[in-house]
Amino acid sequence: MSVLTEKINAIIKPENLVYSKSPLLNDDSMHYCPGCSHGVVHRLIAEVIDEMGIQEETIGVSPVGCAVFAYNYIDIDWQEAAHGRAPAVATGIKRVMPEKYVFSYQGDGDLAAIGTAETFHAVNRGENIVMIFINNAIYGMTGGQMAPTTLVGQITSTTPHGRNVDLNGYPLKITELLAQLPGAAFVTRQSVQTPAAVRKTKKAIRKAFEIQAQKKGTAFVEVVSTCSSGWKLSPVASNKWMEENMFPQYPLGDLKDTGRADASLYKVKG
Amino acid sequence: MAKVRGAVVVDNEECKGCNLCVVACPTQTLALNRNVNNKGYHYSYMENPENCTGCTNCSAVCPDSCITVYRTKAEH
Ligand SMILES: Cc1ncc(C[n+]2csc(CCOP(=O)(O)OP(=O)(O)O)c2C)c(N)n1
Ligand code: SF4
Ligand code: SF4
Ligand code: SF4
Ligand SMILES: [Mg+2]
Repeated sequence: MSVLTEKINAIIKPENLVYSKSPLLNDDSMHYCPGCSHGVVHRLIAEVIDEMGIQEETIGVSPVGCAVFAYNYIDIDWQEAAHGRAPAVATGIKRVMPEKYVFSYQGDGDLAAIGTAETFHAVNRGENIVMIFINNAIYGMTGGQMAPTTLVGQITSTTPHGRNVDLNGYPLKITELLAQLPGAAFVTRQSVQTPAAVRKTKKAIRKAFEIQAQKKGTAFVEVVSTCSSGWKLSPVASNKWMEENMFPQYPLGDLKDTGRADASLYKVKG
Repeated sequence: MAKVRGAVVVDNEECKGCNLCVVACPTQTLALNRNVNNKGYHYSYMENPENCTGCTNCSAVCPDSCITVYRTKAEH
């Protein structure tokens, strides 16, 4: 054995372990394309649930979109919802089992197009659920069509010359709109393209679950994400494109952290 | 040669060769292998193992959770 191999083997010992795959992620290979943000966010959700010790009490609601099979990967209870209906399904589960932790996981097509009504009304009701929103500015699953969040000028299979405001309207900043609703407790926008960003997103997801435990209202975490297949870029180039083009339109940071509004502010006088 | 303080183990068959860990590594430890795994991906490996500090940056960005990281406690 070479000296170098000996040195490496001396380090690879259980007592030196500093990171290993979350025990909540099972052995199924994720179906996502190489470099897809969905995989990173799945891992963070698994790590948070594991670290909070709430595996037996957590129910996820998976969307229609590339993350439709999320239930194959994280070892908790799941319910798959019809396209866009995850917040309504999560509402039902949470109301029947208020002691459980319930979260929805949705893409931008699911959450901000077909499911807009469910999204707005769940947050407006201040449902005590966590909503995870993967904004990759495209319909990844169906072949890269324009989403409401697609940027102006962005080329997709349905905007081959770039999104045109005259024809297609403006990118929908749904997270900003949701932050206005009195039921929203915590609204934040994060990303997962660097180690530092990943660590911040994990903290935000943890905080969202803690807010649910405190019954403060809806906790909403947007993750600005990449879809290298839809964008037709390599994963590394996708991250760069996201930083240059997505971040100016979808700036990172907390948009709200007040808990749901006090009902007395809205009450009739008599 | 620099002291070896960290090491990673990549699950070769789970790796999809996305290159995100290679770019995220601050010590240029990682590279994509010339060989491919059974899925046809050039998997990540320690090209310069003596550089690794066990910082976990690579495992933080890996979408497929295929990196395990080890770090020695003593620096001597
Ligand atoms: C009722 C209904 N309408 C349309 C579709 C087709 N469809 C499947 S996924 C999808 C959009 C997915 O985009 P997004 O939510 O952004 O998820 P991504 O794949 O990008 O993560 C659409 C329109 C469907 N499955 N069901
Ligand atoms: S199509 Fe896009 S969102 Fe879907 S798995 Fe591939 S990279 Fe991810
Ligand atoms: S642990 Fe840090 S130094 Fe070692 S390979 Fe990973 S990113 Fe590079
Ligand atoms: S980030 Fe993960 S999947 Fe991508 S090349 Fe590195 S080890 Fe492989
Ligand atoms: Mg999408």
